[in-house]
Amino acid sequence: MERQIYLDNSATTRVDDRVVELMKKAFLSDYGNPSSMHVMGINSNAYAEKAGRQLAASLGCEPKNFIYTSCGTESDNLAIIGGALANSRTGKHIITTAVEHPAVTESVKRLTEYGFETSYLSVDESGVIDLDELKSALRPDTCLVSIMAVNNETGAVMPISDAGRLIKENNKKTLFHVDAVQGFGHLALRPASMNIDLLSISGHKIHGPKGVGALYIAKGVKVKSLMVGGGQQENLRSGTLNIPGIAGLGLAAELATKDIEGKRKKLFALKSRLARGVAGLGDIHINGPEINEGAPHILNVSFAGVRAEVLLHALEEKGIFVSSGSACAAHHPGVSAALKAMGLPDKYLTSAIRFSMSEWTTEEEIDYTVSSLGELLPILRRFR
Amino acid sequence: MRFKVFLIKYAEIGVKGKNRGSFEDALVKQVRRALRKLHQSFNVYKQPGRIYAESEEELEAEDVTGALSKVFGIVGICPAVQLKEGEFDDLALSVTDYMEKMYGKDCDKSFKVFARRTKKSYPMTSQEINEALGEKILDAFPNMHVDVHEPQIPVYIEVRDSFINLYTKIMPGPGGMPVGTAGKLMLLLSGGIDSPVAGYMVAKRGCKIDATYFHAPPYTSEWAKKKVIDLARIVAEYSGPIALHIINFAEIQMAIYEKCPHEELTVIMRRYMMRIAQTIAKKNECLGLVTGESIGQVASQTLHSMAVTNAVCELPVYRPCIGLDKQEIVELSKDIGAFETSILPYEDCCTTFAPDHPVTHPNLERIELSEKNLEDVIDEMVEKALATDEILWVRPE
Repeated sequence: MERQIYLDNSATTRVDDRVVELMKKAFLSDYGNPSSMHVMGINSNAYAEKAGRQLAASLGCEPKNFIYTSCGTESDNLAIIGGALANSRTGKHIITTAVEHPAVTESVKRLTEYGFETSYLSVDESGVIDLDELKSALRPDTCLVSIMAVNNETGAVMPISDAGRLIKENNKKTLFHVDAVQGFGHLALRPASMNIDLLSISGHKIHGPKGVGALYIAKGVKVKSLMVGGGQQENLRSGTLNIPGIAGLGLAAELATKDIEGKRKKLFALKSRLARGVAGLGDIHINGPEINEGAPHILNVSFAGVRAEVLLHALEEKGIFVSSGSACAAHHPGVSAALKAMGLPDKYLTSAIRFSMSEWTTEEEIDYTVSSLGELLPILRRFR
Repeated sequence: MRFKVFLIKYAEIGVKGKNRGSFEDALVKQVRRALRKLHQSFNVYKQPGRIYAESEEELEAEDVTGALSKVFGIVGICPAVQLKEGEFDDLALSVTDYMEKMYGKDCDKSFKVFARRTKKSYPMTSQEINEALGEKILDAFPNMHVDVHEPQIPVYIEVRDSFINLYTKIMPGPGGMPVGTAGKLMLLLSGGIDSPVAGYMVAKRGCKIDATYFHAPPYTSEWAKKKVIDLARIVAEYSGPIALHIINFAEIQMAIYEKCPHEELTVIMRRYMMRIAQTIAKKNECLGLVTGESIGQVASQTLHSMAVTNAVCELPVYRPCIGLDKQEIVELSKDIGAFETSILPYEDCCTTFAPDHPVTHPNLERIELSEKNLEDVIDEMVEKALATDEILWVRPE
C-alpha cells in the first residue's frame, strides 16, 4: 500500500514521538515501582507527579483531582458505578442519554441490577440533547447524571455547561459525570466552572498510549472503589501505577490542550473542506450538527446506495482508513444506536461513514479522500 | 508421572502389506513434526509393529500425548518405563516400584499382567511371567486383586531383545492414516463451518492439503481473510503445512451479478470457483478437490446444484461431509477446535451477493446459456483472477 491516510482518529490515534520517548525512559531507565521505599521508587513516582501537574493544567484543576485507570471505559465504570454507589443516599435515580458510549450505558445497566432506575435523554436530528428534557427528568432523588461531551460517532457537542447548571440547581448533591473521551483536547473543558464532579479521559485518543486513562474527581466527591488491593491512589484504584502510561498520558494531555483554539481552527478548516467535497457526491447526508457546531475533528456522512462496510473496505484499498457508522452489515443489522436515535432513514443508517481527523491530517489528504470517493461511489452504487 | 519412553501403537497401517514400510515412515515423520512443539530432543524410530519416541529428559505424559493427539495413524500412546534385562526378581522389584509411584501403596484396584516376549530365549514363558509377577504384585499391594476379565489396571510387560517395556496405560490416539500416505487434495476453504471439517476429514485419511480461498474486496474484509488463514492454521494442526491460495474473485463476481440472472448467481459463481480451484490444483499436483458440501444444506448443495457445479470439474470432487447433518458438522468443528473461529461474523464472498431466492433445481443447459453472457470477458477475468493468487504457507502453531 503506497499511501496511508488515517481518518479514524476517533478510534485511536498515532502516538506522538515525544510521548514515546518519554515512555521509553520510564520503561528502560526509571522503571522502579513508585511505591518502593528506595530512590528508584522516588524517581518513578516523579513521572506520576509530573503527569498530575500536566493534567491539572489541561483542565484547570489540581493534580490531586486525578485517579489513573487503564482506559476510558474503566474511568466511566468507576465514575458511574463507584459514584452512584457512594452517593445512593441522595437517591437511586440516574439520568443519561440515548447516545452514550457502551462504557456508560453498560455501567448504568449494571446499576439497575442493584435497584437503580434510569432515564434516557433523547437527541434531536442533529444528535444533541434537549435541556428542557433534562430539566424535567431531574428529580430530587437523582443521584447521578452522565452526559458525554462529544458524541463519538457524530461529533455532536452536548451543552455540558448548561446541563451542569441545571443539575446543580435541582439538587446540589446530584453528581454530574462527563465522558470526555472524545471531547478532551478538542473543547476547552473546565470542570470546576462547569459543575462537573467526574470527568473521564483516555490516553490513546489524544496521541497518547493505549492502556491508560484518568478520572477527574472534584474535591469532596466520594466514589466507591471497584478495584481493591494494595491501596494505591487513595485506596480508590489499587494496583501498581502504570508509570510509563501515566507519563505518556500527562504529556499527551499537555500537548493536546496547549493550543486548543489554534487546533480547532485548523481542524474546522479540514472538516469544512471535506464536507464541501462530499456535498457533490450524489445522495449524501451529513449526520450530526452544523459543521461549525459539532466537534472539529469528526464528520459523519451517509452515502445512500452503498453499504457502509463495503465503502470502508473500498477506501481501505485506496489507503484511506475510516470507520463505519453501522456495525457489520447484512447479517448483523446492528446499526448505530446514536444514528438511530437521531431518526435517520434506513438508506442513511446503513451507509454512514465516520471521518475523524487529527491535527496532523493535511488538506492534500482530504482532497485525495474526496477524489477517491468520487471514483468509488459510482462503481459501488451500481452493485447494490 | 514423568516418562522418557513413549510407545506409539498403530493399527490400520500395520496391515498394508508391502506398503507398510512407507506408511511407518510417514507416521514417524508426522510424530517427529508433532513433537517439535515440545522443544525437547526426541529419538523417534520404528520397531516391528510400533514406533518409539524416546525423550532425553523425563516429560509429563500428558504433554506428550497432547502433542501427539492430532497425529493421524496413532491408535494408542503408552507412556512406558524401559527396564534393562536382568533377573526376574529385579524385574518384579521394578514393577512394584513403578506401581507404587503410579497408584500408591494402598491401591485397591484390580489388575492383570499381560506379558509378551519377542525374545524367545528369556528363561520364563509369558504365562510363567504372568503368574509369578501377579504373585509379587499381590504381595506388595495387599488391597489389590486379580481380575482376568476387566482389570482396572492392565500391567503390560514386553520382553524385547535387549530391554523390557513396562506400561499400564494406553492413551487413545486419533486413529486414521498418517498424513502423506494418500497424496494431496485441493480444499475449497471458506470462512464457514463445513470446509475446515472437510479438510480435517481428508487429512484423517492420510491426505496432504492445499487450499484455495476466494475473497472479494471491498465486499469482504481483511478480517474475513485473516479468519480463513486462522482456520487453515487449525486444519494444518492435523494435516501439516497448507499452501493457501488466496484469489481475488471480486471482478468475476460482479460480472456474474451484472450479466446473469440473480437467482443463478450462486451456482454460476461456484462453477467459476471450481474451475479456478481446479486449475490451481492441477498446477500443484493435487489429485482432487474437496468441499464442505452436505446434501440439501443450502440451495447450492442440492443434488441438482451440485451436479451443475460438478459439470465443470474433471478432477474428482470429494465431499466428506456429504451425509452429515449440520449439527454433526458443528460437533466435529468443535472437536477440532475450529468452531469458535468459524462463527466469527465476517462476510465471505458467497454471502455478499447472495440472491434472495436462489435456484434449487438448476438446469445445466440453462446455466450454460446464462454463462454465455459472460463469454466476451470471462476468460480474461479468470486469467486475471489466477494472477492475483497470493500463496501463504500456513503452518501449525
